Amino acid sequence: MSATGIGATVRRKEDFRFITGQGQYTDDVVRPGETRAAFVRSPHASAKIKSVDAGAAKKMPGVVAVLTGFDLAKDKIGNLICGWMIHSKDGSPMKMAPHPALASGTVNHVGDAVAVVIGETLAQARDAAEKVKVDYEVLTAVVDPAKAQAAGAPQIHPDIAKNTIYQWHLGDAKATDAAFAAAKHVTKLDIVNNRLVPNAIEPRAALAEYDAGTDNLTLWNTSQNPHVARLVIAAFVGMAPEHKLRVIAPDVGGGFGSKIFIYPEEVVCLWASRKVKRPVKWTADRSESFLTDAHGRDHVTHAELALDANGKILALRAKTIANLGAYMSTFSSSVPTYLYGTLLSGQYDIPSIYCEVDAVYTNTAPVDAYRGAGRPEATFVVERLVEVAARQMGIEPTELRKRNFIKSFPHQTPVIMAYDAGDYLASLKKAVEAADVKGFAKRKREAVRHGKLRGLGYSTYIEACGIAPSQAVGSLGAGVGLWESAEVRVNPTGSVEVLTGCHAHGQGHETTFAQLVSERLGIPFENVSIVHGDTDKVQFGMGTYGSRSGAVGMSAIVKALDKVEAKAKKVAAFMLEAAESDIEFKDGKFTVAGTDKSAAFADVALNAYIAHKFTGAELEPGLKETSFYDPTNFTFPAGCHICEVEVDIETGKTEIVNWTAVDDFGTVINPMIVEGQVHGGIAQGVGQALLEGAVYSKEGQLVTGSMMDYTMPRAHDLPSFHVGLTETKSPSNPLGIKGCGEAGAIAAPAAVINAITDAIGTENLAMPATANAVWTALQGAKPRQAA
Amino acid sequence: MPAVSMTVNGKPVTGDVEARTLLVQFLRENLRLTGTHVGCDTSQCGACVVHVDGIAAKSCTLLALQCEGAKIITIEGLAEPGGALHPMQEAFRENHGLQCGYCTPGMIMAALDIVRRRGNDLDEHTIREQLDGNICRCTGYHNIVKAIAAGAKAMAKGGARQAAE
Repeated sequence: MSATGIGATVRRKEDFRFITGQGQYTDDVVRPGETRAAFVRSPHASAKIKSVDAGAAKKMPGVVAVLTGFDLAKDKIGNLICGWMIHSKDGSPMKMAPHPALASGTVNHVGDAVAVVIGETLAQARDAAEKVKVDYEVLTAVVDPAKAQAAGAPQIHPDIAKNTIYQWHLGDAKATDAAFAAAKHVTKLDIVNNRLVPNAIEPRAALAEYDAGTDNLTLWNTSQNPHVARLVIAAFVGMAPEHKLRVIAPDVGGGFGSKIFIYPEEVVCLWASRKVKRPVKWTADRSESFLTDAHGRDHVTHAELALDANGKILALRAKTIANLGAYMSTFSSSVPTYLYGTLLSGQYDIPSIYCEVDAVYTNTAPVDAYRGAGRPEATFVVERLVEVAARQMGIEPTELRKRNFIKSFPHQTPVIMAYDAGDYLASLKKAVEAADVKGFAKRKREAVRHGKLRGLGYSTYIEACGIAPSQAVGSLGAGVGLWESAEVRVNPTGSVEVLTGCHAHGQGHETTFAQLVSERLGIPFENVSIVHGDTDKVQFGMGTYGSRSGAVGMSAIVKALDKVEAKAKKVAAFMLEAAESDIEFKDGKFTVAGTDKSAAFADVALNAYIAHKFTGAELEPGLKETSFYDPTNFTFPAGCHICEVEVDIETGKTEIVNWTAVDDFGTVINPMIVEGQVHGGIAQGVGQALLEGAVYSKEGQLVTGSMMDYTMPRAHDLPSFHVGLTETKSPSNPLGIKGCGEAGAIAAPAAVINAITDAIGTENLAMPATANAVWTALQGAKPRQAA
Repeated sequence: MPAVSMTVNGKPVTGDVEARTLLVQFLRENLRLTGTHVGCDTSQCGACVVHVDGIAAKSCTLLALQCEGAKIITIEGLAEPGGALHPMQEAFRENHGLQCGYCTPGMIMAALDIVRRRGNDLDEHTIREQLDGNICRCTGYHNIVKAIAAGAKAMAKGGARQAAE
């Protein structure tokens, strides 16, 4: 391993610009003649728009234009869409309600945009937005997903009965019911997977510019996948043909899923810039982020686990209502279905599984993928069921897990997935040792002496990452392929640019991708630069989400590097006057086998471009190769997280006193970056378990609409984490990578709740387990005695 | 519009601003110092922290006019004019104390204020408590805490100037 190659802890290339304040985020980009947009948003969760009067607003100083949903409809701007088709169990397609970028008929959630004011300055645009008079007829809202399908509930979209988008199912109902009938023990849980607000610290932003001379539109935006944004805005919204629209996602300040989707504001800024013939910029304030970023989770589930007398799991069944909000966001339909139901086997050999999911509309912000997307919800169901079953049956939780772990691979689950590699015993064993589980009983006894209840919780999670192959996801309803592209451009001086279809928004691709290229070509790490995020520079690519950039994106780079090496060998053969088959490439040097004749990589690159050693008939000049890589399977990162807590008996406040994570991510490119991803994921999972929860009033007002009301995890809410690794390579990609971006957020909530319920002796505890919630639960509970 | 003048990163600056202009808007839009970020608008996240007369302040909650005559240091003013990074900047890079980079300028400016108030020998508990005003969504704070402890130590060793001086 070289100092900068695969497996090395290399400091990040991208850091210098960020620690010196020189990052270029969307709001930092300024275009000549730029105007600012301020949106007029609905204060009501459900209302008919009777009229919009922009007269007074138009007379305000600095106003360039006021545009409404009626103008948008007149210009025939198309609706936003959801790109993943789900069919109900009766075979009918999901029911997608129209989602215009500006509403003109009804508004369906607080924050739904009705009009936009374009002003010379932001202050002027905002002042004028307050003067836009919208006359609403307020309607009754439906907010609670569990009540959305009830008879007599208000119907949000005409023609969509019972607010039901689809009624999906997966697995064998009959076999599962039979297994339950024969079971010795059944564990039942009612679970609410709390609604979360992603809260990337950089708010969403869009800057659109129209060039009347070329009829081209350019959009700078906070996107995790600029090509997908361009495709949707061109092909479905119909804003401009794809080749006349350029999307640039520069530095992006965190995404966590929320910046995958195509949002109304991007559409409106593009449309407005063409109308006013000036650049239009919009940057969300945090309140707008809360009201309009796609939220995450929001499941209501009843789940059951059937076991025999020895604790062998026989079957699992779950019935879930998933809240998708007022409109179907870009990939919302896939999250509570193929990213959730397919993971209900966990790390366990479960013969029968049956899962039903009803997706419903409510008068709330759209809900879509948020870090983990479906897999945290599945893990929470499985890991709570297993832990509670162990407690009920008097079997040690680790022992019950061991009895049920999948031990041979490949393993076909009853819910689509074919796990290809893993060693679940290894990660459990390593985590148990690292967490000093042996010493827990003593620590628990000591805690009681100072008024604290100690608890230990496990989460042996699995996830499906990479989100590919394309043919597989296509058969499940995806409207796109999920391969990735790469282009490797070797310059005449031997330096290399890699253009990737992935997008980095904190993951450090500029470093890890360069590590791969440096090792593979034997050239200095500094001589490699990574280009991403601009549809005019990079060929079509799918972007970054689902922990896919390593497994899929880097594999595409490997394939392109293979081609570069093959072409370079031809060049070297001409230079060294040898047969191509005799050329060997190692450590950045081409040699003729069995001789001392050699050429350095940079010399070969130069010769590829000057083309003096071969004719055009013999070889094309240049050294640049492209690859589109589609993997053969999902990847299956898995591991064991152990959370140890102390609960204050007097106040119910939980303190996490120890966190141990042992994850199997396959090949690790840069351990420092991987650990950082794990830390951040755990923090978001702990946030869900202890602190975060989006709350709507029954009228549909977002009560937790700012960081003063919605509790973001802070430094003093979290411990330092002990992070370790085990490794089984993924066989589905050439590097053996599984992916690490979401693991922490997937594993953590179940580990925390398992730990607290272990401490307080009741399973009746919902997330977020605030001090108040835990104290309340404690009042009805009998704490378990120290073992 | 009223005029305002202050010293930013050692340079005297003046500008005509609306009375309601926030310090962060003045820095970002008038002076084009875009390293200072806005994350929450409600003084919660700390992405906008700068130093005003030597003390950390949230520039989204100060009017530019309140800073008349003040000495402001932003993230752009930390490195030596020759380009050498401040030890706290170096510590964030060395300890992987940042991912997306958006909260980072505020974190570094807040970290320097912790050192000013609590000294160079900072334990984990102190750093975590003192970081209450800064939110990071990427790192889980683990490496930020390490970075601040290391940066504080490095400042003592090198006798580094305090940012606000």
